[in-house]
Amino acid sequence: MNKFSGNNLRGSLAIVGAADTEVGVIPGKSPTELCVEAALLALKDAGIDKSSIDGLITCNSFAEPILYHAEAIAEYMQIFPSFCATVNTGGGTTLTVLQQAAAAIQAGVAKTILISMADSMRSYMTREQAMLAQSSTGHPQFEQPFGPSVPAYYALIGQAHMAEYGTTSAQYAEVAVSCRAHAARNPTAQMRETITVDDVLASRLIADPLHLLDCSLVSDGGSALIVTAAERASDFPHQPVFMLGIGEGHSHEHISQATSLTTSAAVESGQRAFQMAGLKPAEMDFAQLYDCFTPTVLIELEDLGFCEKGSGGAYLQSGATLPDGALPVNTHGGMLSHCHPGNPGAMYALTETVWQLRGTAGARQVNHAEVALVHAQGGIMSSHATAIFAREVN
Amino acid sequence: MNRILPRPTEASAHYWQGCRAGELRLQQCNDCQQIQFYPRIMCSQCQHRSLNWVVASGRGEIASFTVVRRGVSEAYPTPYIVALIDLEEGPRMMSHVVGSDAESVAVGDHVMVAFEDWSDEIAMPVFRLTPVDHN
Repeated sequence: MNKFSGNNLRGSLAIVGAADTEVGVIPGKSPTELCVEAALLALKDAGIDKSSIDGLITCNSFAEPILYHAEAIAEYMQIFPSFCATVNTGGGTTLTVLQQAAAAIQAGVAKTILISMADSMRSYMTREQAMLAQSSTGHPQFEQPFGPSVPAYYALIGQAHMAEYGTTSAQYAEVAVSCRAHAARNPTAQMRETITVDDVLASRLIADPLHLLDCSLVSDGGSALIVTAAERASDFPHQPVFMLGIGEGHSHEHISQATSLTTSAAVESGQRAFQMAGLKPAEMDFAQLYDCFTPTVLIELEDLGFCEKGSGGAYLQSGATLPDGALPVNTHGGMLSHCHPGNPGAMYALTETVWQLRGTAGARQVNHAEVALVHAQGGIMSSHATAIFAREVN
Repeated sequence: MNRILPRPTEASAHYWQGCRAGELRLQQCNDCQQIQFYPRIMCSQCQHRSLNWVVASGRGEIASFTVVRRGVSEAYPTPYIVALIDLEEGPRMMSHVVGSDAESVAVGDHVMVAFEDWSDEIAMPVFRLTPVDHN
């Protein structure tokens, strides 16, 4: 086993605590308070006291940026970790931190790490502030002056895929329909009324070809995990969830510099994660794919190997991603229908995966849920991270 | 609220001066000859620090585009068209497609650069659709 390939991380990390705060519109709590609330709930879920935490990883918030974010959360909670990091790879942060946590635990830097993230883009920012904050991902000289909104950046990707592969707006709409079908079974989802492809296509255009219902929600909320070394997992009260594979892929930051508009570095992150896990896409029982806008899910399905390049639209139309489909995708409803408080958005994909693999997902429980893939990306299809989780390490 | 204006640096000043002079200027590496955009302090391919400038033809092709219906701020009246343009010389850049026929834009369409004064110091490169040359 070559330790420099990352293979020594296989099965080394276990998620032993997971919790979400209330999500949606939460005007009474600041992002800092939501972050701490999530942390307290995750500690309770793991059955441990804050004194057990020797590592803390957070992500800064847009609505209440703090210069030393993780340190401020540690101070608020009066915990004194030996490993403390504020990480920002945008929407990919939620998964890149797992690689960092696994490496830190393997290196002996920390034993029990609290990962907590929250933001309040709905209640603590005006729509214009939220729009400008997120579109600042563009290059300050060579992109931002042209006024690309975040939907516009992703529309550029969606349009390019349509031109190259003949993908249609109706096929993108299938992603929104599928996520909503899952959300309908999730009592914590913000949007639960089922929708049709026609509903998506009839919603107003935001940035062609993206309609309002092709765009994820803007929410408040927090979410947290407790992770530790796999061999310590049995010390905790719940069925542990083991990380069998993890991989990152990075191709650009600014969309005008992307090596391809239609094939992403999810190819590399996915290959690294599958290689580490020793598993194939067809072996996944479900997947949580980053759905800030509908085209991202279609491209991720292709780039992660769930279907051939260019056939993502047909794959979605087959119903594979629906509840009870061959590969249920975003079983909580995703950011399109569950909630999306900014960078922490994919934390809910992780907590949902924990509950699915514990078998405690209630009405939306996937049958025989043993192995799952979670993918997140930040920037504009820029920084990708893929993780594979299972109930057992074998 | 005003439109977002670029703040030129030592590396990009010649580019922005070119826009004011009606020229789209691109950096070229004196060693490996790569033409790059955006301007950098070194060649992004071979890391050579010696770069010169070439004047681009201004011709390009639409790699992708979107009609923005919900703008980033009141300073950007909608609809406006954000596009990625593959320049004849190779590099890709973001810009606007402007003109009365702009909303008919499609991927693969040919475009030509034009310059709009956005302030006393800054002229922005934008693109107009050009008839396809079938020769």
